[in-house]
Amino acid sequence: MAEHVLKIQDVTMQFGGVVAVDNLSLEVNRGEIVSLIGPNGAGKTTAFNAITGVYEPTNGAIFFHDKMIVSNHPQGKMKKLYKGENNGKYPKVIRKTPDKITRLGMARTFQNIRLFKSMTVFDNVLIAKHLRRTSNIFTATFRLNYKEEKKMREETMELLRILDLLDVKDEIASSLPYGKQRHLEIARALATNPELLLLDEPAAGMNPQETDELTAFIRRVRDEFHLTVFLIEHHMNLVMDISDRIYVIDFGKLIASGKPQEIQNNPEVIKAYLGVADDE
Amino acid sequence: MTKTTKTISSCVFALVVAAAIVCVGQFSSPSSMLRTVLQMGAVYALIAVSMNLLNGFTGLFSLGQAGFMTLGAYAYAIFTIPVDARDGVYYLTGVADWLKNFSLPIPVALILAGLVGALCAYLVGIPVLRLKGDYFAIATLGFAEIVRIVMASTPLNRVTNGSMGLTKIPGFKSYYGIFIVAAICIALMVLMLNSTYGRSFKAIRDDEIAAEAMGINLAHHKQLAFVISSFFASIGGALMAMYLNAVSATTFTVAVTYYILLIVVIGGMGSVTGSVLSAFLVIAAKEWWLRPLDQEQFIGGFKIPLLRSGFRMVIFSVILMLVVLFFRRGIMGDHELSWDGIYGFFKKTLPSLFHRKNKTQDPEKEGGANG
Ligand SMILES: Nc1ncnc2c1ncn2[C@@H]1O[C@H](COP(=O)(O)OP(=O)(O)OP(=O)(O)O)[C@@H](O)[C@H]1O
Ligand SMILES: [Mg+2]
Repeated sequence: MAEHVLKIQDVTMQFGGVVAVDNLSLEVNRGEIVSLIGPNGAGKTTAFNAITGVYEPTNGAIFFHDKMIVSNHPQGKMKKLYKGENNGKYPKVIRKTPDKITRLGMARTFQNIRLFKSMTVFDNVLIAKHLRRTSNIFTATFRLNYKEEKKMREETMELLRILDLLDVKDEIASSLPYGKQRHLEIARALATNPELLLLDEPAAGMNPQETDELTAFIRRVRDEFHLTVFLIEHHMNLVMDISDRIYVIDFGKLIASGKPQEIQNNPEVIKAYLGVADDE
Repeated sequence: MTKTTKTISSCVFALVVAAAIVCVGQFSSPSSMLRTVLQMGAVYALIAVSMNLLNGFTGLFSLGQAGFMTLGAYAYAIFTIPVDARDGVYYLTGVADWLKNFSLPIPVALILAGLVGALCAYLVGIPVLRLKGDYFAIATLGFAEIVRIVMASTPLNRVTNGSMGLTKIPGFKSYYGIFIVAAICIALMVLMLNSTYGRSFKAIRDDEIAAEAMGINLAHHKQLAFVISSFFASIGGALMAMYLNAVSATTFTVAVTYYILLIVVIGGMGSVTGSVLSAFLVIAAKEWWLRPLDQEQFIGGFKIPLLRSGFRMVIFSVILMLVVLFFRRGIMGDHELSWDGIYGFFKKTLPSLFHRKNKTQDPEKEGGANG
């Protein structure tokens, strides 16, 4: 049996009356590249937000290395409003803020790039090293942490070198070309020393050539940093090329999962995508 | 420029500033305008930097500065008024018994004043820092008003002397005391801002969600920024009490907070050197350069119209409005004054002893930093 890094169990995310993620269960195993696909508004980003602690799922549980890190059941007003399934199966309430989850070894990028805009490329990555600090505000102010600071800077340089960002390290993040900004976001996520990397549409807005480069880049990053990758993507070439397995959701519900060839020929999936195409 | 020339230039610059302060101290009369401007400028520079730390560097728009200044000023005053002067100060209600024979040395009282402000910030921060944006600003503004009212309230008469306030507050014997304290405090803040904690404050300012996703504990770091800023604002308030020799509940009204906010905005949100420069400039303009506008003036027998007492403040307000309307990035933008800056390049960190090299080339910001 493969060892799973991430396991989501019966996760439902309901906003008021809108069920954005509906009873979703999935697993990501060590070393895999797994994709989450689905039409616009299917609930992919919402699922990521529930995993990384941005939202608290309305119901369900999330495990990281078999340890339950998030668990919830409908409470308060949601008790009456709840439209999902498996109510009552998760009596425990475990909450974690995004920073705690990142510290466990999960790092993410965002669909609409969220860099520290006014800062240099170098500082963007360096900031992600803050969470592994051992210094406190006094030792940091009086530079008693200079060894650690030096190490943080060296590791940042090393990371920038590996990811081909060294030549732009002193540029302001927002002045980089779009593709580079996406790379920088991945570099910043890697600086937190994650085991699991979550990428939300890393190829959004890229041309075919850039997309091919990104495909190679993600593979390289996975191999060099011994990562597990879970990504959301609309570029089907990239998804089919890179994924070990694929999950497909539509209206928040899992409609198919399996190897790329299986997904490509799955009638449900074709229907979901064509259905959207018809609407447009 | 090489690192050595820069270090030498910085040392020379620091020496020139120090020499200027010493010259003024040696050769001007104790009541000269230059002295007033320099001393008040130093105090306001400290308070402006503390406000910038929160509003400009961490992105928490606080309007509670006056509240913490009041706390610091009172804490300092209560513990330093000489024992034999106490009966005179509290002539109406008398001193509380525990205070009667109790007086602290100035440095201890200054640190205590900071700690009182920091403690209050910690307690107030727990509920208030959950609020976002405007609500946080309003809550801190409310806090400052509450502090003022509590200080003037009758149950505290025997400690704070109620609405009459406290007088006979001792100051430094030397004219240099205020400069030294302000410089140490600003230096500490700069050191902190250039550390890994300062970087994470800036990250929170730039993008809260991304900062949290990078493992920065928002609640903890906001609390830290709030406590540190309040600590130094309180020391600033204590210095002010020292300078004025008196403090009352009306010394630090909301208007003082706005005044400091304007100094910060004119200097540039997110620039320490900007705040310092602007503090001296604004004080000099308000207290000195615009003074002649308050007096009737004659040119060749003609009386210039409009010039009368209070006109200075009208002009002052107009200038501030123009700055906010057309010059929003302030003198320095979010850049620091640096030698490279003076030479047409712009660097991100202070040109002082603790600078670190991170060249930034952002053409759009050159205008702001040039001015
Ligand atoms: N905070 C929120 N409050 C209310 N509704 C929300 C919220 N966040 C997401 N939704 C809703 O949840 C649904 C799923 O949105 P989500 O962003 O997860 O889609 P997506 O699959 O990422 O789509 P895309 O491919 O366009 O990025 C949408 O209908 C959206 O309106
Ligand atoms: Mg999305």
